[in-house]
Amino acid sequence: MTKKRLNHMEYLDWMELIETDIMDRVLRSAEAYLCRQYTGREVESALVKDHLSPGDFCSLLSPAAMPYLEDMAVKARLETRKKFGNCVHLFTPLYISNYCDNYCIYCGFNCRNKICRGILSLDEVEAELEAIAATGLKDILLLTGENRSISGIEYLGEAVKLAASYFPAVGIEVYPLNVAEYLFLNKCGADFVSVYQETYNPQRYAQVHRGGPKRSYPYRFHAQERALLGNMHGVAFGALLGLGDYHQDAFAAGLHAYFIQQKYPHSEISLSVPRLRPYINNRELFPHEVSEKQLLQVMLAYRLFMPYAGITISTRERATFRDHAVGMAATRISASVKVGVGGHKQKEKGDQQFCIADTRSVKDVHQMIVQKGLQPVYTDHVRV
Amino acid sequence: MHDLLTIGKHDFRSRFILGSGKFSLGMIKAVIEHGGVEMVTLALRRANIGGEANILDYLPQNIVVLPNTSGARNAGEAVRIARLAREIGCGDFVKVEVIRDSKYLLPDNYETIKATEMLAKEGFIVMPYMYPDLNVARALAEAGAAAVMPLGAPIGSNKGLCTKDFIKILVDEINLPVIVDAGIGRPSQACEAMEMGVAAIMCNTAIATANNVALMSKAFNLAIEAGRAAFLAGPGRVLHSLAEASSPLTGFLED
Repeated sequence: MTKKRLNHMEYLDWMELIETDIMDRVLRSAEAYLCRQYTGREVESALVKDHLSPGDFCSLLSPAAMPYLEDMAVKARLETRKKFGNCVHLFTPLYISNYCDNYCIYCGFNCRNKICRGILSLDEVEAELEAIAATGLKDILLLTGENRSISGIEYLGEAVKLAASYFPAVGIEVYPLNVAEYLFLNKCGADFVSVYQETYNPQRYAQVHRGGPKRSYPYRFHAQERALLGNMHGVAFGALLGLGDYHQDAFAAGLHAYFIQQKYPHSEISLSVPRLRPYINNRELFPHEVSEKQLLQVMLAYRLFMPYAGITISTRERATFRDHAVGMAATRISASVKVGVGGHKQKEKGDQQFCIADTRSVKDVHQMIVQKGLQPVYTDHVRV
Repeated sequence: MHDLLTIGKHDFRSRFILGSGKFSLGMIKAVIEHGGVEMVTLALRRANIGGEANILDYLPQNIVVLPNTSGARNAGEAVRIARLAREIGCGDFVKVEVIRDSKYLLPDNYETIKATEMLAKEGFIVMPYMYPDLNVARALAEAGAAAVMPLGAPIGSNKGLCTKDFIKILVDEINLPVIVDAGIGRPSQACEAMEMGVAAIMCNTAIATANNVALMSKAFNLAIEAGRAAFLAGPGRVLHSLAEASSPLTGFLED
């Protein structure tokens, strides 16, 4: 008998529901966003304002804004300097498991891919943390695939406790959790949560998330809110640009972050801009390829709409792009990145999630930041 | 003439306090020297003690460190951060910052009063960052603050003395040094604040984002000194329109 596929707008039994209208507001606005209706005049009007409305944000993400990229960059650089000064924050991710129950057709970890799976023992986690700490980094992001039996909440808790003993700032980019689970991980030492919706278009979401708990769109959407209810300090948002129409996805991700900040004003908000990278024959599956220019447009629009938000630039991008993005819009940059399981101390225990384009060490990225006249910042969080 | 700024039991010749959060650390020594700065803030969450880019490695020995509690969302967190700062040897000064809004970075006055009271009881020299409200300033004084630090405009905005009238009320009514903390964008604005009797200026973004940070630091120092001298001298009367006859209303009197 074939197992019935979950309706992507429903929840599984164990998934917690919270009272919130943010998803409805984001989806209504994203649906109404017709990016080709905007003109240069609306872009110019947005560029002279001190505080941008969601409508201004729409215009900056529209095709009409493309001829104004330089103007946007000039203003974004000023905003970034006003808010963050010369500071650029350094961090690195540590993948601790790549076991995954989800069937996401774009992801290297998806459960149907015949890849080498691995999970770090806690001793191995500690060895990796020790090696990363020796590079001088003080901010770490722990990542896993979604498998609640192999990399369950207790395992995550122990890994977070170890990380918190080496690093003042511990973030997690794991499967979405219930409020009590976020509270538990916060008590273990995690303060930051990253969850990316991948695409905000529910139909497209259903097409590319074909199985596993991740198929539930609303449970994933509300993860940041549950994390804040679970006492986390900061939450990160993002769409995997290129999965769907990037204008709409970038708009929805920005609006999602904007509404969350309004509702939880104490929260630290950050945005990531991962981009689906080209690979053989993917044009049929993913026809919305995003160029570097378009990627930069999204980053600049985020900066101008939300001057207070951190923006992270991924190692999926080439070094030159990353070097120019920091200080202009990006405020967080990873260094010495490995995207297999482990790999900082010992040989990687599992295969990689995707290919990275910038393999520079912490020292190299530090040097690049200094050469730009900016200040590498290793820690910006004190856990009390 | 000795015109010292007294905070707690400490005297300072300089009335220019430098915020350090937005600087390239390699430049900070030159900024301190050109600005005649004696006190520099330190965000504990940024102090990478023993590690790379640790601000304490860049500060001259004679500088008084003013640790702040940035990152605190409530009084309890501010108190714990202040204690940590004292444990790592930052002394007894603390600038209380309690911020529950990541967008505008406006201080939470209510939690700030609570933190000030707790820290003053523990012997800290407490300098609270606040929204300029007279009742709050009185409560802070009552709670044991050594100075009050009202904002001139939102942090990083460089908009100047948007809250000028309210800061003037604090200068007139509060018997503590009033130090304008955030929003000062130009030396002329610092001078204006000093002219009206503010005790000192704290500045960060305006200098950190200048093209020549050392020269801008010098400009701020000169402006602060000029404003202070003008305040001490007592400015003459300023006419708002045409010149006036000496007694236009009472000139008719015969004896």
